[in-house]
Amino acid sequence: MNETLTLAMLWTDWFNLFKHFASISVASVGGPLVLLPEIHHFLVDKQNWLTDAQFSASIVIAQASPGPNVMFVALMGWNIGLNAGGFGWAAFSALICMAGILLPSSVLIFFTARWVQKNQDLRAVRAFKLGLSPVVISMMVAAGWLLATANTEGVRDWPLWLLAAVTAAIVYRTKLHMLLLLAIGAVLGASGLLVGD
Amino acid sequence: MKTMAANSLLICFIVAHMTTSLKPRPNSLGELFNTFSMLAIQGFGGVLAFIERELVEKKKWMTREEFVEEWAIARTMPGPPALNLCIMVGAKHFGWRGALVSLAGMFMYPTILILTLAIAYAHFGNQPQIVDALRGMGAVAAGMIGATGLKLLSALKTNPLGVKVCAILVILSFVGIAILQWRLLYVLIVLGGIGYVLAFLKLKEQA
Repeated sequence: MNETLTLAMLWTDWFNLFKHFASISVASVGGPLVLLPEIHHFLVDKQNWLTDAQFSASIVIAQASPGPNVMFVALMGWNIGLNAGGFGWAAFSALICMAGILLPSSVLIFFTARWVQKNQDLRAVRAFKLGLSPVVISMMVAAGWLLATANTEGVRDWPLWLLAAVTAAIVYRTKLHMLLLLAIGAVLGASGLLVGD
Repeated sequence: MKTMAANSLLICFIVAHMTTSLKPRPNSLGELFNTFSMLAIQGFGGVLAFIERELVEKKKWMTREEFVEEWAIARTMPGPPALNLCIMVGAKHFGWRGALVSLAGMFMYPTILILTLAIAYAHFGNQPQIVDALRGMGAVAAGMIGATGLKLLSALKTNPLGVKVCAILVILSFVGIAILQWRLLYVLIVLGGIGYVLAFLKLKEQA
């Protein structure tokens, strides 16, 4: 984070920040990560509330830490708050960003879940659950595939692919604790064994 | 004769009642909160693999088939799919209180940790060892998600679409997303739409 930003945020700005996340929330089918280009456009290019480095760091940290991936939104809010003043503003800003991204979609899924449960014997509901199952399961496998091959630069990164494949086989076959596997991955990575040549 | 019939009916009723009430479920809001907060704290690279293992394989609150059915909804609605799923689980057992408690559980520990990490990252984030360690963890997380998807494939065995149609839909979706890089939303609408129509017709036929 070499360049720094100092912001003077008005109440209307905070409201616009909340409104931005609230309005993309209902478009976030598949999770907020699919909205990264839109978020980048708004926060970094248009409003200039966040530096490029802060934007990327927010994603990296959220991926590296446990919990839902959507935490990257809280970190972006946190950084905007830091740019605007200090830790108080950072906490406030993280909170309104998370409220924005989560409230609309959560309310929607809550009422959908209730409706679905009440009408679970309707043919349309059964057909939706059963008919979409193959596609959404396949998407999960594909997500693993994409994650394993993202940020790899071709064949020289074969150790990373191998690690992902071996992990998949272990998780599929055994009940070995997944935290242990993550720790092994971290150690292998830090020891430089995963850098191909 | 009559009493015997009545008796066997009663026994059937009791057995049916027992099997439904014997099915494990969260006993309290506290248990719900603890379950989700414990799996959230472990969920590096996404919590989904941990949700499946905890709720389906360990606690058995839902079968693999039920998990897949709920996932079909969680994944197609807006919002983070894993959070959608945890709201659905909470709401199913304890209504809006359950939904709120599950969400709170999901966020409590990660919020504390992530802010600590954010501060640490500002200091150590550029160290090559940290970067490499994160890449190693990323590869493991990718394997975990992929394996969870592969495990769930077995739930398709009982799908009324039939194994053949399911296999075609699975392969088409995978090739489309992973190899041809189609937009997820289009895959969901087109291939999911086809699956929906086929399932609807099949269920109508069976009825």
